[in-house]
Amino acid sequence: MNLILLFIGAALVNNFVLVKFLGICAFLGVSKKVDTALGMGAAVTFVMGIASTCTYLVYKYILCLLGLEYLYNLAFILVIASLVQLVEMIIQKISPSLYSALGVYLPLITTNCAVLGVAVLNMQKEYTLIQSVVNGLGAAIGFTIAMLLMAGIREHIEDNDVIPAFRGLPLVLMAAGFMALAFAGFQNLIPNI
Amino acid sequence: MGALKERLQAGIIKDNPTFVQVLGMCPTLAVTTSVINAMGMGLSTTAVLICSNLVISLIRNFIPSKIRIPAYIVVIASFVTVVEFLLKAYAPSLYSSLGLFIPLIVVNCIILGRAEAYASKNKPLAAVFDGLGMGLGFTCSLTVIGCIRELLGVGSLCGITVMPSFYPPATVMILAPGAFFTLGILMAILNTIKAKRR
Repeated sequence: MNLILLFIGAALVNNFVLVKFLGICAFLGVSKKVDTALGMGAAVTFVMGIASTCTYLVYKYILCLLGLEYLYNLAFILVIASLVQLVEMIIQKISPSLYSALGVYLPLITTNCAVLGVAVLNMQKEYTLIQSVVNGLGAAIGFTIAMLLMAGIREHIEDNDVIPAFRGLPLVLMAAGFMALAFAGFQNLIPNI
Repeated sequence: MGALKERLQAGIIKDNPTFVQVLGMCPTLAVTTSVINAMGMGLSTTAVLICSNLVISLIRNFIPSKIRIPAYIVVIASFVTVVEFLLKAYAPSLYSSLGLFIPLIVVNCIILGRAEAYASKNKPLAAVFDGLGMGLGFTCSLTVIGCIRELLGVGSLCGITVMPSFYPPATVMILAPGAFFTLGILMAILNTIKAKRR
């Protein structure tokens, strides 16, 4: 039950993109089309799930044992960077079709702050292994939902006749603002989270 | 000397990282709830940017190009850890209000971007000035957004109330939607200015 609450909390109430401002670069950069948004969301979900597991294990069984907790940032970013590389190679080997679909988005995930963000949050909140994974997956699903909604909106406003000043990014930011207002409505969904 | 001045101008105005290059959006939107937070974040990032640019420029001839990105990340992450400790020791209240976004300076695209685009190809002194210019440009943009959001959302600047007492603070401005609206409107204003100049 708590795990379900944690999942919903991470996906909707504390949506990574619209409430916590993590992964904004990817959110603004690759949300022009629904297909690419879905691809990016899938890749992030995949990496975030594995990254929450690996960073938990590295923190608990390497850094804590050696008394090197203060190096967490260095360790996490290296784990994530090598993980992204590894995932890229594995997908290329196992499923070339998925690899070509995700293509350019895979390397971009290293600098997506949502992935490092979820690892640091799991550490700060002292989650267990299962809680870390659930939190990571929830956050990734929340990221995907926000990406898909944004891509849907952008496909519609692309050709609209708007005031010249607001063309391009300003309009996207305003749309994101209204989405954030809507997501603020989830705030009281789960008490005390 | 002229070239160094040009680097500073480029960072602060011509290639402003926030408004022109649109990089580092996460901290720009997240920590600009008050002027103090915005400036703290900007200056921390500037410190990391100057140090990492210097070190990367010094070691640019020794790094094999295949593993340069991981090498840059290690350099950046080390300086972020140093800054994190300094803030924890000397500015604990700022440290707790910036929270998660201090370790996340590592993945700020401005820093990796400058390392790759400038520091890895230029001499140390020029790289330091490039870092200083970009860092100050980032700090200025953050401070402007912070001023607007704090003024409208709380009715104060740097914690001192400046708005008259009949002004009802628009709390939405310091919440998530306000960040998107402020940045969107600022960018629209800049677009108008650019269009008029042409």
